[in-house]
Amino acid sequence: MTMVTYQAKNLLAQVSAGLDLEVSFSQAMKGLGFSPQLAHILWLPLPMLLVLVAALIGVLVTVWLERKISAAAQQRIGPEYAGALGILQPMADGLKLLVKEDVIPAKADSLLFTLGPVLVLVPVILSWLIVPFGQNLLISNVGIGIFLWISLSSIQPIGLLMSGYASNNKYSLLGGLRAAAQSISYEIPLALAVLAVVMMSNSLSTVDIVDQQNNAGFLSWNIWRQPVGFLIFWICALAECERLPFDLPEAEEELVAGYQTEYAGMKFALFYLGSYINLILSALLVSVLYLGGWGFPIPVELLANWLNQSIDAPIIQIITGSLGIVMTVIKAYLLVFLAILLRWTTPRVRIDQLLDLGWKFLLPISLVNLLFTAALKLVFPTFFGG
Amino acid sequence: MFALSGYDAFLGFLLISAAVPILALVTNKLLAPQSSAGERELTYESGMEPIGGAWIQFNIRYYMFALVFVIFDVETVFLYPWAVAFHKLGLLAFIEALIFIAILVVALAYAWRKGALEWS
Repeated sequence: MTMVTYQAKNLLAQVSAGLDLEVSFSQAMKGLGFSPQLAHILWLPLPMLLVLVAALIGVLVTVWLERKISAAAQQRIGPEYAGALGILQPMADGLKLLVKEDVIPAKADSLLFTLGPVLVLVPVILSWLIVPFGQNLLISNVGIGIFLWISLSSIQPIGLLMSGYASNNKYSLLGGLRAAAQSISYEIPLALAVLAVVMMSNSLSTVDIVDQQNNAGFLSWNIWRQPVGFLIFWICALAECERLPFDLPEAEEELVAGYQTEYAGMKFALFYLGSYINLILSALLVSVLYLGGWGFPIPVELLANWLNQSIDAPIIQIITGSLGIVMTVIKAYLLVFLAILLRWTTPRVRIDQLLDLGWKFLLPISLVNLLFTAALKLVFPTFFGG
Repeated sequence: MFALSGYDAFLGFLLISAAVPILALVTNKLLAPQSSAGERELTYESGMEPIGGAWIQFNIRYYMFALVFVIFDVETVFLYPWAVAFHKLGLLAFIEALIFIAILVVALAYAWRKGALEWS
């Protein structure tokens, strides 16, 4: 009898730590006679492939949304023949690009020309390693967490510069240089804005950052404690994604298509894919850093009490886990929607305005924001993460 | 404090994410038509026949920005451990970081005055 209650308690403790699919998987594998190490190795690729598929579907949805919202902003209908409301249009575009002939200009450096788009895409996908969709619903909760994303995001401009240079085209070269300059100018304010959030959660791990925000529903989200940081992060994220008003590297009126000019077929599609995955990634990270990630606007404990349910009941765990994923995605897509609307409502800035905004405005402001956060943390430790 | 757990996943995901562009390019190679080019392999540039190449010497104006970037990027890297451990360090660490940032702000002001942050 005591044995059974002990086991039940043990199980309850496991479940209340949040849904951990790896533990369940490993136990199921143990039942089949696999060792824990083997179960771990078998488990590893599953969340990765799942996240990769989710990211690719996210890109298809975002491309469709972008085309539909752009059309609505210009009083057009947009794609409508491929599938209901044109949902299949992005897939058709992708398939077309997949079977399109690949042209490498005779005067280009073919090795760098091929390597460029690959270097742009790989770090962007790799950054999804640290995006959490729930307490244990991420690929890996690595110790350096959000810092991994910051370091990976600085690899991307190398790829852009490489493809701009390898094209042997004056406009591509200018576009590549602009991309690199823009990226390095906005990286520092971005890193400093993240730093203020890291300071409040005392940890670089994205899971800890979200946990720290979910004590009192939407009132405890970081956006209220870091309003300036939120704005800096959002502006810099738009600049890093090369979205309007910061799309200078591919400004079509000035530079044809910037570093993409010479690209066709699949290599062009890789740039396209990279920029959309990056946009969704940035939106997800804004929701993780400032909008409480998978957290509900009203605390789960309150809802469970109201429904007379125990928060530790397995069924409630599963429901909150799945709703957490939905919550993260909704928050991210609201931001994607905002980014698409911004594209059609703001004019492009000039290059000197862009650099001035980064170096003379955002950098000093983000330094002040960081020191201000540190000072507030010293004075009101309970409100700023102890 | 530095835990190395979870980095096997990093390695695995690096392989998987590198496989995406490689698979895409190989599929493209297998499916797409290939024709001997001629005119098609000319640099597109702006639609006109290009005059001269792009691999020439010219003044890259972002050079000074890149130099200033190196200074401030190293600064943010130094500040990361400070921010993570700040809750244990207290007032003294705050004053130290204040001095550290003040020195860099002086450097920024100097670069600003010298015109390193002007584009034209």
